Amino acid sequence: MDFKLTEEQQMAQQMVREFAQREVAPVIKESDRQGGMAAFVLPRMAELGILGICLPLRYGGQGMDYISLGLACEELEAVDSTLRVVLSVHIGLNSLGLLQWANEEQKQRLLKPQARGEKIACFGLTESGAGSDVAAIQSSARCQGDEYILNGEKMWISLATKAHHCLWIARTDPSAADPHEGLSAFLVDLEQKGVTRGDLHGKLGMRAGSTGWIALQDVTVPLQNRIGEEGEGFKIAMACLDNGRYTVAAGATGLIRACLEASTTYAKSRRAFGREISWFQLVQQKIANMVQFYDAARLLYLRAGWLKNQGVRNTRETSLAKWFATDASFQAAAEAVQIHGAYGYSDEYDVERYLRNAKGGVIYEGTSEIHQLMQAGYALGYRVDAPLRCELPPYDSEFWQAEI
Amino acid sequence: MNIAVCVKQVPDSAAKVVAEDDRVSWGDAPLVLNPWDEYAVEAALQLQEAAGGEVTAVSVGGESAKEALKTALAMGCTQAILVSDPALAAADSQAIAHVLCAAIQKIGGVEAACFGRQAIDGDMGVTGAQTAHLLGWLMLGLVSKIEFKDGKLQVERSFEEGIQIAECPLPAALSVSKDIGEPRYPSFMGIRKAARAEIPTWDLAALGIEAPASVVRWPRISNPPVREIKTEMIEGGSPQEIAEKLVERILEEKVL
Ligand SMILES: Cc1cc2nc3c(=O)[nH]c(=O)nc-3n(C[C@H](O)[C@H](O)[C@H](O)COP(=O)(O)OP(=O)(O)OC[C@H]3O[C@@H](n4cnc5c(N)ncnc54)[C@H](O)[C@@H]3O)c2cc1C
Repeated sequence: MDFKLTEEQQMAQQMVREFAQREVAPVIKESDRQGGMAAFVLPRMAELGILGICLPLRYGGQGMDYISLGLACEELEAVDSTLRVVLSVHIGLNSLGLLQWANEEQKQRLLKPQARGEKIACFGLTESGAGSDVAAIQSSARCQGDEYILNGEKMWISLATKAHHCLWIARTDPSAADPHEGLSAFLVDLEQKGVTRGDLHGKLGMRAGSTGWIALQDVTVPLQNRIGEEGEGFKIAMACLDNGRYTVAAGATGLIRACLEASTTYAKSRRAFGREISWFQLVQQKIANMVQFYDAARLLYLRAGWLKNQGVRNTRETSLAKWFATDASFQAAAEAVQIHGAYGYSDEYDVERYLRNAKGGVIYEGTSEIHQLMQAGYALGYRVDAPLRCELPPYDSEFWQAEI
Repeated sequence: MNIAVCVKQVPDSAAKVVAEDDRVSWGDAPLVLNPWDEYAVEAALQLQEAAGGEVTAVSVGGESAKEALKTALAMGCTQAILVSDPALAAADSQAIAHVLCAAIQKIGGVEAACFGRQAIDGDMGVTGAQTAHLLGWLMLGLVSKIEFKDGKLQVERSFEEGIQIAECPLPAALSVSKDIGEPRYPSFMGIRKAARAEIPTWDLAALGIEAPASVVRWPRISNPPVREIKTEMIEGGSPQEIAEKLVERILEEKVL
């Protein structure tokens, strides 16, 4: 078993780390306070190729593998969760969905500008009445000649006000016996008549990012922008989540690392009862836990990334990685605040932001409860993954890196 | 116009460097491209953008120095060459300059050579000038901006006192200051190329030179003396009183 990262993966990770640490870390506190993403972040990520990191060159990407995507997410979230969210929605939930399900014409027309970072992409699944229960989706798409008319509103959509494209899940067949089978997926151009959107405010965390709502009123979407077959929307959404959850798992791993680094630094400098608090065993226990969380979370996400590279179905492994890493990141952040005492309770230090952001991870892309249901389902044999009509393609460096 | 950029692999700047038995050790700290040389690579790439040609990164060192060369490739250098020979194990800067001079001549067609201002391990800061001398080239130190006009180099050199504009014909050697601008990150395209690159290794025989004699030796190496730090808490009834006492103590100790 080879645990060594390739040179390519290491250099990619290092590059993303330099960007995040040098350019975003110095301003992140201010962005979090002001409640929005610094204007340079998305254009710079596009310019550096980060927005197309693991997509094939032929579709405008940079030709790296799925593990590099995970490593990038770890580095981004070690600075701020909202940076990683960009890759979760732009690549994980949207662009990889197109790579998996779109036809060749759609990949050239829709995926290419996304992979190049010219168009920012988001993912619209959740509605005010449909979160964990995806089959409750109300927004509708009515076929009319060679186009669809879309209506409805999505809530809690990351990058709602920044994105140009949204992979939108809507109901095409209200009379389907199984409501899961009445859903379809569309790539909606958000810069057109009938689209309104806005950011949500008053969030606990993820304040340096954009989370909002998007409403469609009689928006026309050409037939050529339906992704997959009619009725395949639920399967497509779940497949997208297999990739989004992977980025969340890798990101949460980076958040644990940030908690660990902040905690060891602070514990070695803060003195109480005549010595550094790092000498107290109850403080050491918290640090030991963070080390355990970090290593376990990292191994789980790297396994999922490896399975993706191999082209092996990984819904179970990715769900496990996401559940573990996000729960662990929330605990790590809570303990990091504790180690910092009152100083951790103020935004003078980063750890209170880590804690507020970490809570998001255990809610989006499947709450921890949903992942527990899934894991029990697999263990009990109640849940079996049926093969998909389109599987995520395995990483093939020749195909990915061929310049056409 | 072909450009050479001479780079060195050094311990990471965060490494804890200690001297033991007249040997320097940095534990298992990672080895990186010398930070000053990142500016030299940046300058070489800027010059290439202005004047065309190829940029060759050259390093003298052990097998591990290929890592530093890969960073230079990932940043955008056209090719890289490692010069490695057991006879260079204890080479000083003028010996390295002899080797770099031979390497630059062997690459062929090189009209500009870029250097970092110094290496963060030996901190000599003379290799660029020594190499230029051996090549018989002009040398411009601490360059902060480069332009290429009518076949000549026009550079800015920044000092505390101001900025000097200097012009010189080619061939020339440059040492580069931080003011050239932040070194670019490796691009993914560069990373893919670097990961795949087979970096050729030249030994002294390939360069057609004998091992140059080193004249500088390090007979003794020691750690800086440990600084004694005394902490004194200044107390008082009010902030005003504490501040007054503090001022008194500062004046007494002649800190200001
Ligand atoms: C910061 C942020 C960003 C987001 N970004 C996006 C995005 O880009 N795109 C998108 O589509 N959505 C996004 N979401 C929405 C997110 O995916 C949903 O919030 C999530 O799926 C949970 O849905 P809900 O909020 O409606 O909670 P509900 O589904 O109403 O759940 C409420 C509670 O009930 C529990 N629960 C529900 N069902 C069960 C069950 N069967 N058994 C046990 N417990 C259960 C849940 O675990 C939870 O604790 C985002 C959310 C946040 C907070």
